[in-house]
Amino acid sequence: MKRHLISAADLTRDDAVLILDTAEEMARVADRPIKKLPTLRGLTVVNLFFEDSTRTRISFEAAAKRLSADVINFSAKGSSVSKGESLKDTALTLEAMGADAVVIRHHASGAPYRLATSGWIDSAVVNAGDGTHEHPTQALLDAFTMRRRLVGRDAGLGKDLNGRRITIVGDVLHSRVARSNVHLLHTLGAQVTLVAPPTLVPIGVETWPCEVSYSLDDVLPKSDAVMMLRVQRERMNAAFFPTEREYSRRYGLDGDRMAKMPEHAIVMHPGPMNRGMEITAQVADSDRCTAVEQVANGVSTRMAVLYLLLGGSEPAVTTTPAATRTEESK
Amino acid sequence: MDTQQHTDSMRPVLDAQDIARVLTRIAHEIVERAKGADDVVLLGIPTRGVFLARRLAAKLEEITGTKIPVGSLDITMYRDDLRMKPARAIGRTEIPGDDLDGRLVVLVDDVLFSGRTIRAALDALGDLGRPRAVQLAVLVDRGHRELPIRADYVGKNLPTSLRETVKVQLQEEDGRDAVLLGQRTTPEAGQ
Repeated sequence: MKRHLISAADLTRDDAVLILDTAEEMARVADRPIKKLPTLRGLTVVNLFFEDSTRTRISFEAAAKRLSADVINFSAKGSSVSKGESLKDTALTLEAMGADAVVIRHHASGAPYRLATSGWIDSAVVNAGDGTHEHPTQALLDAFTMRRRLVGRDAGLGKDLNGRRITIVGDVLHSRVARSNVHLLHTLGAQVTLVAPPTLVPIGVETWPCEVSYSLDDVLPKSDAVMMLRVQRERMNAAFFPTEREYSRRYGLDGDRMAKMPEHAIVMHPGPMNRGMEITAQVADSDRCTAVEQVANGVSTRMAVLYLLLGGSEPAVTTTPAATRTEESK
Repeated sequence: MDTQQHTDSMRPVLDAQDIARVLTRIAHEIVERAKGADDVVLLGIPTRGVFLARRLAAKLEEITGTKIPVGSLDITMYRDDLRMKPARAIGRTEIPGDDLDGRLVVLVDDVLFSGRTIRAALDALGDLGRPRAVQLAVLVDRGHRELPIRADYVGKNLPTSLRETVKVQLQEEDGRDAVLLGQRTTPEAGQ
């Protein structure tokens, strides 16, 4: 039995809506005097982080703790991994310690898939970002934020994002957030447009279920949500655009550009923000920017994912990666 | 709660009028026991307990002339059999007013059976506040308790065998009001 969340593309529309609805109920736990549910008592969640990430790690940690699971943080720095241990041996160690779920972030695309399908461990695997591949829980929390803002908190229950126009701007090439969002938003019925300089659009984007544009100003008036991506300097080993100032002028979101968006449209950012680069302080601090909300929603969404994967005798969502599904059906 | 079997083969035990009468009686009993129902908060357990709680609140308002706070208490996350079944969708918990501290909470459910649902509800309440007292109102008590729990207000005591199933239908969810008794077709344990 597989119980993993590796890619946003593995989720059906009903799975995704169930996760968002569950997250909506989980969000209410934060308003209670005792912000804790006993549901995952006695289960162990290991945060296995091969790459630096504070916000995703503490978000998963908070989510697991609110569900009463025990949390073990394992970061590659200063651990046996820096002494040359392989992913397999690390996995076997975690298995021996009795991990029920492994939340993994890895610099190599496909590492979570390998962990989930290798047979090294029995525990559930949740992808918390792998290389430039996917970051499914970020896409889920983004969709959750959009549904709340664009459809409504209670009105949104059971609904998807049918017909909403979502624009994703910036470094799509290096962004696992963009890739997961395109898959999930398409599944939820939204129309996605990617806006980036041609050098930052990945090869093969024509097979993605989305449009591509090179002009931010053309797309802004037709957007219900605009998601600004961070320019990932640490992944850039070539000159993708002439200067930062030029990038900022053509693809950055400032107050004047925000004024071109429809009245109800929101500005999103997965963080961390580079103020002055892809987003100005004026936009980042405005009511229309949901960056801080997204952090809070991240905990609720991850609680929903952990609950639905671990809470029952079998997971409530069909998250078996497509490849293993076909293998099993043979 | 929900059985797969067809309700055609089930025998009606209470009809719409019976249910209305029973709820009126329970409302009067609550007022009598609480000496006015000033601090009463009704919490229904999803799904059908919530509808019953709303109906009870309406009856209490007719009797006392004051508005009775009514909400819902989902117990999914507190169940003791979570790991025995596939993960299930969770329902809505809605606490009316500011909090439950010092209030008289009346839990409302459709069928009282093993008592495990109510045990979970008491655990959930403990995380939400400290009521002055907690009471339990059920439409049907079918017996076979597995825990030391009893109801304060019972619509109908319905002695059953474990091979029988009890199904409550309410207008809001099922399109009609009825309590039905039938034979279990699958050997699955009760609710």
